[in-house]
Parts: sequence; C-alpha cells; structure tokens
Amino acid sequence: MKIMVAVKRVVDYAVKIRVKPDKSGVETSNVKMSMNPFCEIALEEALRIKEAGLASEVIAVSMGPNQCLDTLRTGLAMGADRAIHVDAPPTLYPLSVAKLLKALVDVEKPGLLILGKQAIDDDCNQTGQMVAGLLNWPQGTFASKVVLDKEKQVATVEREVDGGLETLCLDLPAVITTDLRLNQPRYATLPNIMKAKSKVIKKVTPQELNVEIKSDLEVVQVTEPPKRKAGVLVSSVDELIDKLRNEAHVI
Amino acid sequence: MIGFLSILCKSNSLRSHSSKISHLIQNSSSKSIFRSTHLSNPINNSIPSSIQFNFGSPISSASFFLPGFSVKGLAFTNWAEKGDGLSLFSNSSLRCPFKEGAGFLRLRSSAGGSRTFSSESERESINYDVVIVGAGPAGLSAAIRLKQLCREKDVDLSICVVEKGAEVGAHIISGNVFEPRALDELFPLWRQEESPVCVPVSSDKFWLLTKEHAFSLPSPFDNKGNYVISLSQLVRWMGTKAEELGVEIYPGFAASEILYDANHKVVGIGTNDMGISKDGSKRENFQRGVELKGRITLLAEGCRGSLSEKIIRDYNLREKGNAQHQTYALGIKEVWEIDEGKHKPGFVLHTVGWPIDSKTYGGSFLYHMKDRQISIGLVLALNYRNPFLNPYEEFQKLKHHPAIKPILEGGTVLQYGARTLNEGGFQSIPYPVFPGGAIVGCSVGFLNVPKIKGTHTAMKSGMLAAEAVFHTLQEGSSMEAYWDNLKKSWVWEELYRARNYRPAFEYGMIPGLALSALEHYILKGRSPLTLKHGKPDHEATDVASVHSPIHYSKPDGLVSFDVPTSLYRSNTNHEHDQPAHLHLRDPTIPERVNLPKYAGPESRYCPARVYEYVINEQGQQKLQINAQNCLHCKACDIKDPKQNIEWTVPEGGGGPGYSIM
Repeated sequence: MKIMVAVKRVVDYAVKIRVKPDKSGVETSNVKMSMNPFCEIALEEALRIKEAGLASEVIAVSMGPNQCLDTLRTGLAMGADRAIHVDAPPTLYPLSVAKLLKALVDVEKPGLLILGKQAIDDDCNQTGQMVAGLLNWPQGTFASKVVLDKEKQVATVEREVDGGLETLCLDLPAVITTDLRLNQPRYATLPNIMKAKSKVIKKVTPQELNVEIKSDLEVVQVTEPPKRKAGVLVSSVDELIDKLRNEAHVI
Repeated sequence: MIGFLSILCKSNSLRSHSSKISHLIQNSSSKSIFRSTHLSNPINNSIPSSIQFNFGSPISSASFFLPGFSVKGLAFTNWAEKGDGLSLFSNSSLRCPFKEGAGFLRLRSSAGGSRTFSSESERESINYDVVIVGAGPAGLSAAIRLKQLCREKDVDLSICVVEKGAEVGAHIISGNVFEPRALDELFPLWRQEESPVCVPVSSDKFWLLTKEHAFSLPSPFDNKGNYVISLSQLVRWMGTKAEELGVEIYPGFAASEILYDANHKVVGIGTNDMGISKDGSKRENFQRGVELKGRITLLAEGCRGSLSEKIIRDYNLREKGNAQHQTYALGIKEVWEIDEGKHKPGFVLHTVGWPIDSKTYGGSFLYHMKDRQISIGLVLALNYRNPFLNPYEEFQKLKHHPAIKPILEGGTVLQYGARTLNEGGFQSIPYPVFPGGAIVGCSVGFLNVPKIKGTHTAMKSGMLAAEAVFHTLQEGSSMEAYWDNLKKSWVWEELYRARNYRPAFEYGMIPGLALSALEHYILKGRSPLTLKHGKPDHEATDVASVHSPIHYSKPDGLVSFDVPTSLYRSNTNHEHDQPAHLHLRDPTIPERVNLPKYAGPESRYCPARVYEYVINEQGQQKLQINAQNCLHCKACDIKDPKQNIEWTVPEGGGGPGYSIM
C-alpha cells in the first residue's frame, strides 16, 4: 500500500511576521520558510506506518513554485521514498489544492492520504476535508492517534473534537488529517539530507493533470488586528455600569 | 585484501568520483570480507533496511574503509569529551549504521558516571576533504576560494560547511559599512550582477553627543567606495554562490565537538545529538549526531567561537603567536523601517559620547540601507568597570537623544539582535594554525577597530587559508603557509597600522582621542611602539560596592522597548525541551560571588535576559537561566567575572533568525 503525504511550504512558525506596507499580504521575502508543522507530523505518521511494515512507499507531494523543492527535499531527508512537485502559482486556495491532490491520487492510487489539519499561514483547515469529498473517501480529521489494520483494510482514528476524543473506523482508502498530539516528528539527519540532495523529484503541471486551478477567491486586503488598548481602571460600580452602557454599548 | 584496501583508500581521496567507489563496492564479496574482520564487533543481527542502504552508498562506504587506527583514537577522545555524560545513550531502537572501527568503540563500561549506558550508539561518519565550521563571511570565502582554485587546476575537493543557524545568514549580524576589497578579489565581476551590495556610502557624519546636543566633528573614517549593507543578506548571497560552485552547506547542524586522532591531530568535528530533553533523557525523536571528518578542518565560528576557544587553549595558540588576550565589545542593533522623507540611502553616522561615560569605550552607529531601512546600534567595549551598566538600556537611552529620536519616530522596528565583536586587533592575533586545520575570521580576530570593519579582513583570511589548504592537500605542503600568507597580506599591514588606536583609550577618553588624532594625522601607523591592552574584560569589572545602581527609564514603546518585545523581533527560537546550553563550571558561584560581589552583572549585560536572579521559596535569590532566549552573542562567556559561564552550542537550527541584520 502506498501512502501519499501532502506538504506545504509556509513561513516558519518562529518568525515574527508583518503585513506588507501595501496591505496586499504578509511579507514573505527575506523570511525563513519551512515545512508546515502539521505536515511534518503527517509525514512522520506516514513514515511510522511504513516502518511498521504496513505500507510499502511514502510519497511526498507539494504544490507551488520551485521553492517547494526545498520542502520536498526535507521530506525526502526525513525518509519519504519519492517526491512529486506540482509546478503551480504561489497562491493556491484549498479547493485548487484538493483538485490537484485528487488528480495525483488517481494516478498514484495510494491507500492512505495524510495531510496536516491546517497550514499555519492561512489556517484554512479545508484541504483534507475537500479532497475526501472529491474522492468520496472517508475522512478522519484532527487525528491524535492512528492505528492501521492491514488485513481488514481499516484505519482506526482517534480524533480530537470539541467535546473530547472521538474514535472512528475508516475503510481504506481514506484521508487523515493530523493534529498536534499525534507524534513528534523526527529530525532529518545530516546523512539523509545529503542523500536527498541528489534524489530526483518528479515534476508535473496542473495542465498535465487536467485540473483547472483558477480560483473564485481573491484577497483584497490584509491588515494587522487592531492593537490591544490599555485597560481602564474604574473607581466604582456605578462608573463601570456607566461605561458599559454608554461607551462599550454592551448593556 | 590489503591491496584491495589500498585501492579503496585511494579512491576515498577522490571522493567526488563516487561512481568509481560504488562500482568497487558493488563487488559483494568485499562486503563479506569486511564483516568477518570486525571480530570484536558484536553488531546486532537485526540490521534495518536503512543500514543496507547506507552500506551501498558511496559516501558511507568510503568512510567504512578508513584506516582503523585513526578511529581508535577517535573513540577515546569522544568519550573524554563528553564530560557531562549527557550524550552517552543506549540506542535501543537500532538505527545505528554498521560502521568502521566499531570494535574500538566498544569501551562500554569505561566511561563512568551515572549517565552512561551500556552500549554507546556509534555515530555515522562522513568524510570530506575540507570541513568548515560556520557559514559566515570567512567560512564561505574559504569555501568559495577553494572551489575556485579547484576549477583553475582542474581537480576537485569535497567541501562541507556546517552552520548552527537554521539558514545561512540566520546568525549573521553586523553594522555594516562594507569595504569591498576582499569581495573584489573573490568575485572580480560582482558589480555586474545583482547583489546585496548596492547602496554606496553617500555621506559620512561623526557626532559627539551630550545629553541635549550633538556636535558635528570631522569624520575620522574614509568610507569612499564603501557600501552600506546588511551582512546577513550578503552572506546569504555568498551562500548561493558557494552552492553553485559545489560547496555543500548544511544549516541547522551545530558542530559541538572536535574529533582527534591518536596523535592529537584534529580530524574533523562532531555535530550535536538532537532530541535530548531537559533532564538529559532521550526524546521520542532522538537523533545521534554525525561525525564530519575532514583532511583539513577550518573553524570560522565568528567572535569567541566555542570550538575555536577550545582549540586556542588546547594548542596554546596565543603563546605560540606571542599574542595578548583578546578584548571584546558588545554590539546591540536594530533595523528600523522609517518614514520615506527621513530616509537617505547611504547615510552613515557614528557617534561618541552620551550616553556612554568617559571611562567606557564605545559609540553608536546609524546607517541608511535601501527600502527605507536603517541600522541603528550601540557598541560598548566589554572592559567597562561599572557592574550596574546595562548595555541594552544604554542603547534604549541613546534612541531618545534629541538628534536621533526624530529619525526613528513614526517608524517600526523590523529586527533586533546583539553580538560581541573583537577589539583586540593586531596585538591579540593568536597563531591560527593547529594540527589538522586552521582558524579563520573573527574566531582569530581580524577586526580593524578604528575603521570598525572586520568583514573584509575576515573574508581575506578565509581566502588565504583556502590557498594554504589547497596547496597542503594537493602538494603536501604545510598549513603554516596560512600564517605566512597572512603576514604578507594587506590584512597584516592594515591591522598593524591600526594597532594603537584602541589601546590608547585605556588611558581615558581624552588621551585616547588625542593619541588617535596623532596616529591618524601624523604618525599614520608608523609609530615605533605597540601599546598593550589593559586587563582582560572579565577582570575589569569593579566590585559593586564602589558603584551605585544606574536608573534607567521605562521604555516608551515607540522608540524604546523592553527586552521581551525586542527578543520577539530577533526571531529567536530554541527547542524548549533541551538541556541548557549555558554551563556553569561551578554552580555555586553565581550566588556566592556574582551576586554579592558584583550585583549579578550577567542579569544586566545579557541582551536577551537569559540570566535572571529570582526569589525562590526560601526567599533567596537564585540564578535562573532562560537558555531559550539566547542570541548566541557570547557576552556571558566573555564578561563573567570568574569565567564561570561556558557557552556551548545548543541544538542546531535554534538561535536568532536574522535576515536583514
């Protein structure tokens, strides 16, 4: 069984971001980029499933301009067997990504598609769910534990939901999106990084996959959230009520 | 079989001809021969598939056939180096590759200490011709020059650069007004392509500040032909150039130990084990470090490099070079984006005077780069006497000066950072060659103090070392040629001429300025005597009782800020669950000596608030080390009065994230 893992190149989580002066987006030039942390967790889970002998191959997939190759090489250094790069414009919205993933799944036919639950740059939390819908596959999102049963071709996924933990049984093939507590990703070792440098990464284009990636969404403006104002000390309850009624208009 | 061995050893040196080696390895009979010779090597029989892969790959197989005796010495010293035993672990999940010389590493029970486990997991060992520690101006210049020489002579050398920062340039911070002299030699045609060196100096101002005023003085600098740059950007550019030439650069890997052979010759470096938790146990993603072995090892760690300092002590390089101790300064810097109307690309300003008192050497700088960005910073010599001095707060004070504040108002801070720099100059240059390699750049100390430029000399030292390395590897000559080359180069001449400016200030600011004028206008560096430095920086601190605490005003949040806000802007990050990388040689000294005698100066000079004295449950003040804040500036390693704090390298990939500094 093959496992496909979709990874995304995002601004590193430790970087202090700022909005571009023209408010068209977030400043990404001269900024450190790395693999989305949830994608790392997804890749780690796929590697563990393979090491347990339940899968034969882990394929890492990323979509975007050529810089995605860095992220894919990190994936290869962590232990992925193959990588596929879909050469696409830098802004891809979840539906386009989901359509591209569906096309790749139709070609590679993996038994499991694992993604991070969301990307830390847009926080959409949509791609995994959309691709499951397009493929008509069962989905186990926010996974905090994944157990595969190869014979029964079933994945038991423990999900982190608002009320606690929910356990689902999914028939394979299925889509799983990973949450933070699923595992701790391994470090890519120096020898593996060296080997990954020379591995070939397959490149495809959306045209080759027959996918229309034009989106109906357009980002009009990006602004910083309003600065937190200092608190106001009130001297009496009456003053508090007065402020709540007349200034904050909440009562 | 010996003949077969020698064939493989020979092909080892032409490592780039990997296809040749892999062809030799394909001979499966050789594999079995080698397995049986490792008699004392109780390799586990369950070898995971990764090992088969390793065995087949040319890289690791080549190392497999290293002369056994060199690895033996390695084993001994490896264990000796791990004094605190933190990195001695059993490897229960067998991922260790089946490696050379393994028999000697079976010193299982001899390491002692409670943290030793019964089976040391071997580290994978990778061979290169040259291993360079540090992807800064010196390290990259050395790598680039080596590859250029290889191209000229139509040979190839494998070069590996390891860098502790998460990316090339992440730990690079400097003023910087750049003199392109060394860059012109390295890349004669660099002006014809796009590079970060693009803002020429347009004006050069020098002010003497008092609390309320700024007096313009004739500028002692001659910056014609120089550029205002972000050194982090230049180093990133150099990194791409180096990779184009075939240099392998690995950011995110920290060289934490030196590897020696049986003759105490340096044979390479070992990277950190990753994935150790705070209490020293292995985390889920524990990863053993690797050994990078080089025929020559170059250390280019920057000012007060941790491995370089060890080597200098180990081989007595200061005595060998008749050098004095090194003296240092701490530079704290911010990059601002200011209003368009206030921005003048190429504007260079230096100040002396306020807020620094007359007994302390230092000054500030303000450089205008491009894109409305300016660099502003304060540099303070670390031989200051008052333990209550807080360099960070002095910097915040500076920004409120009536001549400086208007420039910053309305702007935003983009990045913040701090780093120590060398001020010892000519008198403090140690002998930079050791058995097995050499030290380049600021780890030796080539900064020209009166010019306040060290990038061009660091780059040149890297290039000179590269030339010596090339001839050593190709013709068997000695690395001593590096020292000779240095002495014949413009670096030596320049530092010699500049040698008396800084030591003159030991006598006070007025004598210092007077002597500087004398040197600059009359003697022009041909003075007959060479002044000596005063006490080492850590000995210069007076006891707290002869000074009184300095009151610093609260930050206003517009032009001055508190430390946590500034730290956030440095993009500093360390894996939280790792042992603190700042070691106290004697854990009782902070509360016994630093606090009562010197009022805990580390809580003031550290620009990242790593050291804090907090009150514990018993009501006593205890030192708390917030290691994850560390900016890797090395000020604590330098300034601690009892030299009790030892800065060691944390897990690779951590530390600040400078991109425009």
